[in-house]
Amino acid sequence: MHDMTVVELSRLQFALTALYHFLFVPLTLGMSFMLAAMETVYVITGRDIYKHIVQFWSKLFLINFALGVATGLTMEFEFGTNWSFYSSFVGDIFGAPLAIEGLMAFFLESTFVGLMVFGWDRLRPGQHLAVTYLVALGSNLSALWILIANSFMQMPEGAHFNPATMRMELTSLSELIFSHDAQAKFVHTSIAGYVTAAVFVAGVSAWYLLKNRHVELARRSFRMAVLFGVLATAGVITLGDALGFVGAQAQPTKLAAMEGLWKTEPAPMPFNLIAFPSQTYQTNYGAIQVPYALSLLVTHSFTGSVPGINQLEAEANLRIRDGIPAVAALKTLSTDPDDAGAQAIFHAHEKNLGYGFLVQRYAPDISLVTDAQIDAAAHDAIPQVAPVFWSFRLMVAFGLAMLAYFVLAVIYTMRNIVERKRWFLLVALWMIPVPFLACEMGWLVAELGRQPWTVFGVLPTWMSASTHSVGYMVFSLIGFVTLYTAFIIVEMYLMVRTIRRGPDDIHGAPASHTSQAERLAGYAEG
Amino acid sequence: MDTYATLQCIWWLLLGVLLIALAVMVGMDMGVGTILRYVGRSDVERRVALNIIGPHWDGNQVWFVLGGGAVFAAFPLIYATAFSGFYVVMLLLLWSMIMRPLGFEYRSKLPSQSWRNTWDWALFISGLVPMVVFGAAFGNLFQGVPFYFEWNVTSHYTGSFLALLNPFAILCGVLSLSLSVLMGSVTVMNGAEDVIYERARGLARTAAIVAMVLFAIGGVWVHGMPGYRIARAPGAGVAQTPLQQSVTHADGAWLANFNAHPLLWALPLLGFAGMLLCLLAANARRSHLAWWLGALAWLGVIATAGASLFPFLLPSSSTPDQSLTIWNSSSSQLTLAWMLGFALVFVPLIIWYTSWAFYVMRGKVSAERIANDEHAY
Repeated sequence: MHDMTVVELSRLQFALTALYHFLFVPLTLGMSFMLAAMETVYVITGRDIYKHIVQFWSKLFLINFALGVATGLTMEFEFGTNWSFYSSFVGDIFGAPLAIEGLMAFFLESTFVGLMVFGWDRLRPGQHLAVTYLVALGSNLSALWILIANSFMQMPEGAHFNPATMRMELTSLSELIFSHDAQAKFVHTSIAGYVTAAVFVAGVSAWYLLKNRHVELARRSFRMAVLFGVLATAGVITLGDALGFVGAQAQPTKLAAMEGLWKTEPAPMPFNLIAFPSQTYQTNYGAIQVPYALSLLVTHSFTGSVPGINQLEAEANLRIRDGIPAVAALKTLSTDPDDAGAQAIFHAHEKNLGYGFLVQRYAPDISLVTDAQIDAAAHDAIPQVAPVFWSFRLMVAFGLAMLAYFVLAVIYTMRNIVERKRWFLLVALWMIPVPFLACEMGWLVAELGRQPWTVFGVLPTWMSASTHSVGYMVFSLIGFVTLYTAFIIVEMYLMVRTIRRGPDDIHGAPASHTSQAERLAGYAEG
Repeated sequence: MDTYATLQCIWWLLLGVLLIALAVMVGMDMGVGTILRYVGRSDVERRVALNIIGPHWDGNQVWFVLGGGAVFAAFPLIYATAFSGFYVVMLLLLWSMIMRPLGFEYRSKLPSQSWRNTWDWALFISGLVPMVVFGAAFGNLFQGVPFYFEWNVTSHYTGSFLALLNPFAILCGVLSLSLSVLMGSVTVMNGAEDVIYERARGLARTAAIVAMVLFAIGGVWVHGMPGYRIARAPGAGVAQTPLQQSVTHADGAWLANFNAHPLLWALPLLGFAGMLLCLLAANARRSHLAWWLGALAWLGVIATAGASLFPFLLPSSSTPDQSLTIWNSSSSQLTLAWMLGFALVFVPLIIWYTSWAFYVMRGKVSAERIANDEHAY
């Protein structure tokens, strides 16, 4: 049996390490492509200023990249160290995309990033450009395979349970790869990375413009970043909507939590713009609603309806009751795999096996299960509403704010007046944390909303953890918090220092204030 | 042999190939990290050593990541049981390894000598600890690890952390470390000149001798060690859990495969030959040849261990019946088949572009070049 403190500590550790890792990944995803785009301009025009631009931004890219690589190692270990039952139960399916990621993406990215850094003098410009593109391709392919793996947890497709091996096994790789959730999520997440990079590059450039330093480089970088950013932000929002649409069918409990939908309501359903959900009383306080909007958002029609939490909990109750015989039969099969009676019972109830596991948390011996335990397990089938509800709203609010910002930025930069709008340059600088926060919120919506499952409807979180002692979990948590705190301080220091020092002059000396002549030349060109 | 059993054997071999690639490619970079403070006495000398592997360490490290990913995908029960069972050791391995990317990338970013010293020590730890753990893990496989499974194959580890650091495991750990130092030294010889080259050459000779001695002691030790033997099992290529077999202890069982197939004795001989010839090549200043011979030594050592343990992957010392073998811990036939397809396409591609990257960055690293190159570590 599992110690629930260990399960909660494992969840905390995973959330902390994944959220931390996810601070660096989006910037890598987006900046790798921005670097490739900037370098393309360099190779086409042959003008040194663009090489200078690429080399400066790649310094920041690499400081970020190193920590992304380091903290990614933790994620690979953590499934095995802290979630060993999860790993053995779905490793047949989940391990494959991770291994393919290594083969197809991670090698590409990591091998060529070395040449990207060290190859400037050894490769022809076209060759170096190809190397930069391969780094971008590698990091984005890497995201693709990780998100395919994650989508299996959200929407398990292409797999079945095999009683002979007591685990889930792959039935179709193509169903796994081409799951709708995986496609929508990959595009949504990778483009969110492009937005992050665009906000970052535009923000740092705005700071140089404010300080009147490196104006030539900053103006060009700003313009490229905001053009990239406005398109990307529009893409994120569109795909976010698609993801919500897919998710509504795959995980009705997550959707109900995102919307604070305690009771099924007739169409057209109103949208809770702001509300304070109470899990205990199953109601929202202080709700400000927009009529019709929820039906329109999640079903793309005025007549569509989605189930509320009261209905979902009742459905879970029925599924748990149906899953109990499957668990009991499975136990018989573990000692006698050929027991025909147990096989028949198992196959009749196997589609609710996961729900049977859900109640096993309260009834380790499933044959002694009580109605009260079933009710408790059905209650568990609903995620914590308030954190999901609020992370979702914050993510969307950040997304819309960034869209407004980029639209303005494009207008100002196209009319060449951005450098006169000092307030706007300050806004651009202060926008830098926003995409990072939005990405973190997105992770929270996806993963908190999936609870109480690690694999939705198949494997409960409580079963997935390793059977460690609390002491081990505290030890590892303290270790990670200590190391990661030190790392982020060092990383932020190096980032800020590199930005403050700014791009070196073409002649190698650190550039100070841009001279008047240079600025005039810049205006003439720009 | 049916398809499933064949795939299980192929993946066992591929796992061996990945472990050898990991040991060679990651091992040499970690070796450079371990000897960094010895071969480089001044900051410039250390930067020369670091920049020899600078363009490649990140790509090389993926062999480690892929090794982990392949175990996860092809032998999920091994991944789950070993990573959770070796918990504290795995954390030490991980924590030392995650300092490495930062060590390379951040070390030379600030001029402060104490900053650089700190990262040099971090690189030392992140070179030494993982290689000792890598070898010690193999050492524990030979002795068995205390774990058991519940009816639904939930694994429980029942030993202590210190039990994993027993004398035989430490011997294997130091053997692994000495091979990594050997490869690191030879790699430094490949890219450095003068005084750094000479220090590395001296170290290569010492490391090769230490490795030969330890490998020989290890062989004698295993000879007298009780091994494991399957008494009854559902067999190869049958879908099963580890709850359906019975396994017994037997003296000398780890040599049973060698006695049954005497040709396998070529593997330990290959290991010794690799070490000895590597020593001679390094001594004769043929460092590139020495690199390949060092890789051959790794191949011999890991293949020897694999051949000895086959078909066991992770024996249980407390519940031998639940020992993990390639037959009861592998993925399903479909997963193994798909993964084989991906490996057949991508591994040659990886080898091709990795070779190109080494070709582009070939030649000696000089102090002047580092001074003029703002991208250097």
